[in-house]
Amino acid sequence: MLPMFDGIDWLGVFFYILSAVIVVSALLVVFSKNIVHSVLWLVISFIAVAGIFITLNADFLALIQVMVYAGAICIMVVLGIMLIKRDDMNKTNMFNSQLYFGGAVALMVTFLTGFASYKINYSGNPPMVPENSVESIATLLLSKYVIPFEVVALLLTVTLVGAIYIAREVKADADS
Amino acid sequence: MLSVWGAVLIFLIVGVIFGVGGMLAGYILAPRRKSAQKSIAYECGVDTIGPTWVQFRTSYFLYALLFVIFDVEIIYLYPWAIKFQSLGLFAFVEMIIFLAILVVGLWYAWKEGAFEWT
Repeated sequence: MLPMFDGIDWLGVFFYILSAVIVVSALLVVFSKNIVHSVLWLVISFIAVAGIFITLNADFLALIQVMVYAGAICIMVVLGIMLIKRDDMNKTNMFNSQLYFGGAVALMVTFLTGFASYKINYSGNPPMVPENSVESIATLLLSKYVIPFEVVALLLTVTLVGAIYIAREVKADADS
Repeated sequence: MLSVWGAVLIFLIVGVIFGVGGMLAGYILAPRRKSAQKSIAYECGVDTIGPTWVQFRTSYFLYALLFVIFDVEIIYLYPWAIKFQSLGLFAFVEMIIFLAILVVGLWYAWKEGAFEWT
């Protein structure tokens, strides 16, 4: 490492860079005129959140964040957009009369989360995050938590069946 | 010494340079002669008829649903695959059961004609 970089809190630097990326891309999700661009900014936001997980040593969470959120969820949003009939954002319900009510709710949520995070006592040293959390997860998942593990499979199957049932029903109605 | 995540960071930076660099080189090097013809929507070289924004069929969305389900499954497959050697036969059987339950869902999707284009 070069001597000029000594004494820099690199985790802090990365945290602030990633936070700036998250905030800016999240705002662009909301303010983009084109909803396809919104999804692209959403991907950037998700990947930056994965970076935050990495700075916290949560490697497994970071991996899932990239694969499931930036991968699958965004694909689903894109395919959801393909089902939308309105091409212009001005035709949506973006400009309705709920401005003050929505603003009040947003302010309240911001205030509550800010208050809650302000009240939390951060003193004391948190326990170190174990290295290679994936291996511990695997061992626990396939020994102690076998039943929940298999229940997850059932839950996924039920989700799949339910989603297909709803989608097919809509299609049958549309065809008739 | 470089940590593991330092290597990931280098991969990320090189990946971004690779993607952005190509676009930037095109932006700098390519000649720009704008015309009305160039700004119309491109569709296999044939002029588009009607609006380019259309509503797609729900069949596309079913593929997305299936993809999401099997992508969530990776969350469980991945740690199993990392520790496969030391977990032994019992874990293998558990994973087979896990996959078998999910294949039931796939079978239902197939039965309902989610993969058919009628």
